[in-house]
Amino acid sequence: MATAAERVTREDLVMFINACFACTGQREFYADAAGQQVSFAFLHDYILGNYRLLYARSLAAGINQASQAMAIVRLLATGRDTPAEHRAEEGSLIAAALLALPVHRAHHVLAALRAARVNNRRARAIVREYLASRRDPAFEAVKYRRSVRAAAAHAHLRFAKEDERARFLFRGWADRRYETPIFEAFRAAHFADAAIYALPFTVAEGLAARRGVPREVFLERIAPRLTAGERLRLQGASERALGQRYGMDLATAAPTRLASYVLSLPLDERRARSAELGSALDRAGHRAASRTGARFGRVAAVLDASYSASGSSEKRRRPLAAALAASAFLRAASREYRAFWTGRVEDEILVEARGATDLATPILDALAWGADLIAIVSDGYENDPPGGAAEVLRVYQARLARPGGPFLVHLNPVFDADGFAPRALSPATPTVGLRETEDIPVMIGFARFASGAASLAELLGYLASRAARFVRSGGRADGRT
Amino acid sequence: MKTSTRTLSLQGLDLAPPQTFGNVRLVPLLRREVRADLRLARRRYDEPIGVVSRDGDLGAPGVAYASFIPHGLVVSWSEDGAPAASYGASLASGRDGAAAGRAVRLLHRMVKREAGQRLRFLPLHLAMEGFLGLCFEGPGIAWSEYSRAALKRGLDPRAERSIRGAALPGFEDALRVFEIHERQAGVLVFIADALASAFVVPHPDDYRALHRSLIEDFYGELLHRYGYLYQELPPASAPIDAEAVRSLDDLREGLGRVRRDWADFAELLAADALGREVRTETVYRMSPFRLERFIPTLRLHEENHIGETIVRDDGTTEYLKTYRLSDAQARRAHLLQQLSANRWDLAATAAALAASKEELIRRLDNAGFGYLLEPDVLSAARSPR
Repeated sequence: MATAAERVTREDLVMFINACFACTGQREFYADAAGQQVSFAFLHDYILGNYRLLYARSLAAGINQASQAMAIVRLLATGRDTPAEHRAEEGSLIAAALLALPVHRAHHVLAALRAARVNNRRARAIVREYLASRRDPAFEAVKYRRSVRAAAAHAHLRFAKEDERARFLFRGWADRRYETPIFEAFRAAHFADAAIYALPFTVAEGLAARRGVPREVFLERIAPRLTAGERLRLQGASERALGQRYGMDLATAAPTRLASYVLSLPLDERRARSAELGSALDRAGHRAASRTGARFGRVAAVLDASYSASGSSEKRRRPLAAALAASAFLRAASREYRAFWTGRVEDEILVEARGATDLATPILDALAWGADLIAIVSDGYENDPPGGAAEVLRVYQARLARPGGPFLVHLNPVFDADGFAPRALSPATPTVGLRETEDIPVMIGFARFASGAASLAELLGYLASRAARFVRSGGRADGRT
Repeated sequence: MKTSTRTLSLQGLDLAPPQTFGNVRLVPLLRREVRADLRLARRRYDEPIGVVSRDGDLGAPGVAYASFIPHGLVVSWSEDGAPAASYGASLASGRDGAAAGRAVRLLHRMVKREAGQRLRFLPLHLAMEGFLGLCFEGPGIAWSEYSRAALKRGLDPRAERSIRGAALPGFEDALRVFEIHERQAGVLVFIADALASAFVVPHPDDYRALHRSLIEDFYGELLHRYGYLYQELPPASAPIDAEAVRSLDDLREGLGRVRRDWADFAELLAADALGREVRTETVYRMSPFRLERFIPTLRLHEENHIGETIVRDDGTTEYLKTYRLSDAQARRAHLLQQLSANRWDLAATAAALAASKEELIRRLDNAGFGYLLEPDVLSAARSPR
């Protein structure tokens, strides 16, 4: 029998980790950004204050990058509260998490440390270690020039004598010629158009504008320097300026990102390219499935395509993209698969966020189809009828569920600020936050904690083992190396 | 114009489960059979104030109606049931009336036939004008108690206050997050579970285009007060009876019952407005449709909704828009109706209301009709006995 304290601890942790899967502090369909941020910051402070070690270990639980960044700053800011015996573990968790973040996010963390005036010995060491571990420090010194400079000054960094970064960052770049090619290109680009194209896109774009390079000339010549993300982002810009889109391999993008891209296209274009987009999404799903090594049996997905899946101006169509990507992933990862959308969807590529939310009917259809695993992807708001799915799930669990029957899980890509967690459909079904499609196996693993089926001891064991693997593998949340 | 009495109905429409946000409950109305021979579109007016000349030419002297008029509705129809062709932005972008300065638009008539099978009218203002025009002529007999102005010019100027939808707390958010159904052609708006307005259009596409325009319409003062007084709605739920469920089919049936429960619930909330007998006045006939405005037989301390409607000859409600009168508004109209029924004889009216003449005068004064009476009559009734 678990004590009340254990139950509270377990529920707090599950709520926190669940929130960290979904919340980014951005505006959602039903809630504004300020509310999300206040609610989320409170949750972080609460867990940090009460369960410091577990808070640090949750860095390894597969939480999203926005949450990791917040946690790193908070842990570094309150280092003196760390008990001596946990110092080493916490430090290595922070270092591993920072290293695993995408570069721009890591630099945001550095900037946040500076803004919050966090400047203890450990924080400086972490910054130093991070900057020293970069594979191409010169490139990053150009691409993130301001941020690297600020971090270096803040952490009292000393550069070696032969390291040109010191002069490039601190002495005024225009003073001299550089041996490092990219520094030299940066200097030259202020005076000659040709040198612009040796720089990363984000830096080159500003310099090109300053030098009055015509947009179409710039976009054409910078094309080879673009990263995959920039290529995806500049599809519209390249079409307007060059008359054709940057070529890109659709299938290299992660499923969720690809789904977002597909849904951003106008319906006519999606219809015309339906086969191409469909197979790209399929391949992305298969690649993600083989990367995670997930295999399921007979899977039914109940997918919410109601109007609220259109997200907000900050997260356009994000819930719908999460559903579409989940569909591709689960199809690839299961022996048999069927999708049950709310509303009628004939071709998934053409799906639109439209109409009321009737989750109850597709859930009944999925139950009737007879699946081993039923994954419901929805923001948790249903209105046709209100509480319909909740009632169906409740009565199903109470009256019809048999041992060996389907496992039901609700994956929610939206954080509900008022409830401090992704909104649940029904207490009878575990709800977990949904981040990237690839995390679905992790989420399903986590669902047994959300449902209350597993004890606190199991949850602590789970966190500890993930944390150990996380540190060993250098910050890969799933422990894959 | 032709008047008659009948009860309001939502014939041809099904009620879907309500969507709730804060204290706003929106009940979608789904059209059973979608026909395209009558279409509505919105025409925006940029000036905040519209002045409508009721009779006579544009801007000519005479009785005029002035209000905040953000938009008009343009209806196009076909008589043979073929899809009404012209609809949409091209048509709705037409302009009518004339701008007088920056802030005022002069409009000709509440309802105006335009080129072809097209009719422009001013939503809700049509009904409101009918309401304001109740007994507008004033006393027909020169009773000595009435002021000279009242005898000469009737109730002029007659004014009522309303609240813009944007001022209702939470209403804008509720409209924003509302999820429109596929066959939806209307909505019942409840604020703190009181019916604020019923809104029905002929075609689901028109509804999609006009959904957000609800924020610009005007609503009864009472709803504004309710909106602030009752921030939360009492929880409502429709459970499935778990004991009766033995199979998935039972569960499906239970879900159907939940849907029916919600529809019944919405019907119950709207019963006071929709089951009432109303006096209708046909404003325009466009076979097989007719545009009417209506006023209920007023009952004090109960819900009274005025409005306008377009009805097909088979009784289907093609367009409906209602406005809830506040108690004070209903009281004013009720007093006027009583006076008019008693040929403006104060003594007889007081007797009909089971009150003394002084009481009636005080009631008239409190209702804002003091300007109809001679000052000495008023002060005599006001002074303590």
